Amino acid sequence: MKKFTFSIVLCSLFFSSCAQDHGPKIQDELGPKYIYETVVDGIDIPWGMTFISETEMLVTEKSGILYHVLDGVKSEISGLPEIYVRGQGGLLDITIAPDFETSKVIFFTASSSDGEAAGGHTALYRAELEGTSLQKLKQLYKGEGNTKKGQHWGSRISFDAEGHLYFSIGDRGNREVNPQDTTRDGGKIYRLNQDGSIPTDNPFYYEKGSKQAIYSYGHRNPQGMLTHPVTGAIWVHEHGPRGGDEINVIGAGKNYGWPTITYGINYSGTPITSDTDLPGLEQPLYYWLPSIAPSGMAFSTSDNYPKWKGNLLVGSLKFEYLERLVIEDNKVKERHKVLEGVGRIRNIKQGPDGLLYLGVEGKGILKIIPQPPLN
Amino acid sequence: MKYLLSVYCIGVFSFLSYMQQEKPLKQSILDGEEIYQDFCLQCHLDNGKGVENAFPPLAKSDYLQNNIEASIRGVKYGLRGEITVNGKTYNGVMVNQGLDEEEIADVMNYILNSWGNKTEGQITVAQVLEVQKQ
Repeated sequence: MKKFTFSIVLCSLFFSSCAQDHGPKIQDELGPKYIYETVVDGIDIPWGMTFISETEMLVTEKSGILYHVLDGVKSEISGLPEIYVRGQGGLLDITIAPDFETSKVIFFTASSSDGEAAGGHTALYRAELEGTSLQKLKQLYKGEGNTKKGQHWGSRISFDAEGHLYFSIGDRGNREVNPQDTTRDGGKIYRLNQDGSIPTDNPFYYEKGSKQAIYSYGHRNPQGMLTHPVTGAIWVHEHGPRGGDEINVIGAGKNYGWPTITYGINYSGTPITSDTDLPGLEQPLYYWLPSIAPSGMAFSTSDNYPKWKGNLLVGSLKFEYLERLVIEDNKVKERHKVLEGVGRIRNIKQGPDGLLYLGVEGKGILKIIPQPPLN
Repeated sequence: MKYLLSVYCIGVFSFLSYMQQEKPLKQSILDGEEIYQDFCLQCHLDNGKGVENAFPPLAKSDYLQNNIEASIRGVKYGLRGEITVNGKTYNGVMVNQGLDEEEIADVMNYILNSWGNKTEGQITVAQVLEVQKQ
């Protein structure tokens, strides 16, 4: 009995010391109570969204529908490629090109079964938007090594200041094989020119056998990506296993460690590795323990939510709240939960009006009303 | 000619019955476990207990036991709206996972025979084929 009590004490000491080492605890949002308004309804899984103007946006529904939304009224866009809807895969992220106003070009990612092997992989497409139809559809990239696995397709899209396009593909449920091997697709961040060609200054461009489009590797399942509004760096967050979701700042040719190092364990509770830090492998800017299942992220840069200015907002699928992170000198200083119980947040974007828009499963697109409300 | 025709018929018949032959329950449960780990576990968890107020339990679930056809339909086409499971109300969305009929039969057999669940008989591919969207 004594022994038993002793080990309980030891265990709790161990766990509490671990918890103390790990950054700020999440706290309730103090001050004004934020509320939301539904902007678009009737979308089961609003996976991606992109703004054309303050009143006009494109929204993807995972099951394979692309919506054009004008003043909250949605109409279906025709001309999508065939989409392999399986598990976590389907129609995923979407963005307009930086020169959309003149070019009408859009980019999107989707699961595709193209190729000879059974199953599918993540693909990136480019098209021109004409009214409510897609023209000049072109597949710019498709991961090779199709599999019937349902997990970890990624995927998010972002641009750097020079106009390079970055997008993510998850490890496709094969962590032992894909993420650490640059000759294989999956578990990577990719970098392309907007016409689909590969920039010659990509880190593995001249490395024989490697996929030239790869920019960084050792990722698990990145479903959040943005270009930092001040530094211009590409920020990505990714789902960990049980524990160990990460925020990473992406550097050329860098290895983010999955599954060689991780702060998480298997869903079943068994360990993946005892290592969390090894030479040559990047440490995350932040990791979540327990996992929040992050999807989508945005910086709030407008004056609409004064207390939130410069903060990072991340959707939580698991806990169904919006997490607000105060970050200083690349360190997470505070974490707050906003809109607790709103539902599974799939995506968050700051609109051209500086307001924050959420994609919430089963609800659609919601707008966070500033407090006090703007006139 | 008649002889050839009957040989042909027998051939077609045996091919069809071969195609429709159900795999043994034990194998179906094993294959279903793999599907479960891949497509279901993130929400319904390893122990089938689900997540309170979000994802209903599959372990010892009265809804599942009493609504096997509706459960198959849910896996096949997706399920939305209010359901009551073991006295608790859930109002979520489960989307169609893109599984084929055999995979659905397998995962149903796994679920119906795990975590203390016991079910007579076996969910067959034909049974899954019959379930229509409502």
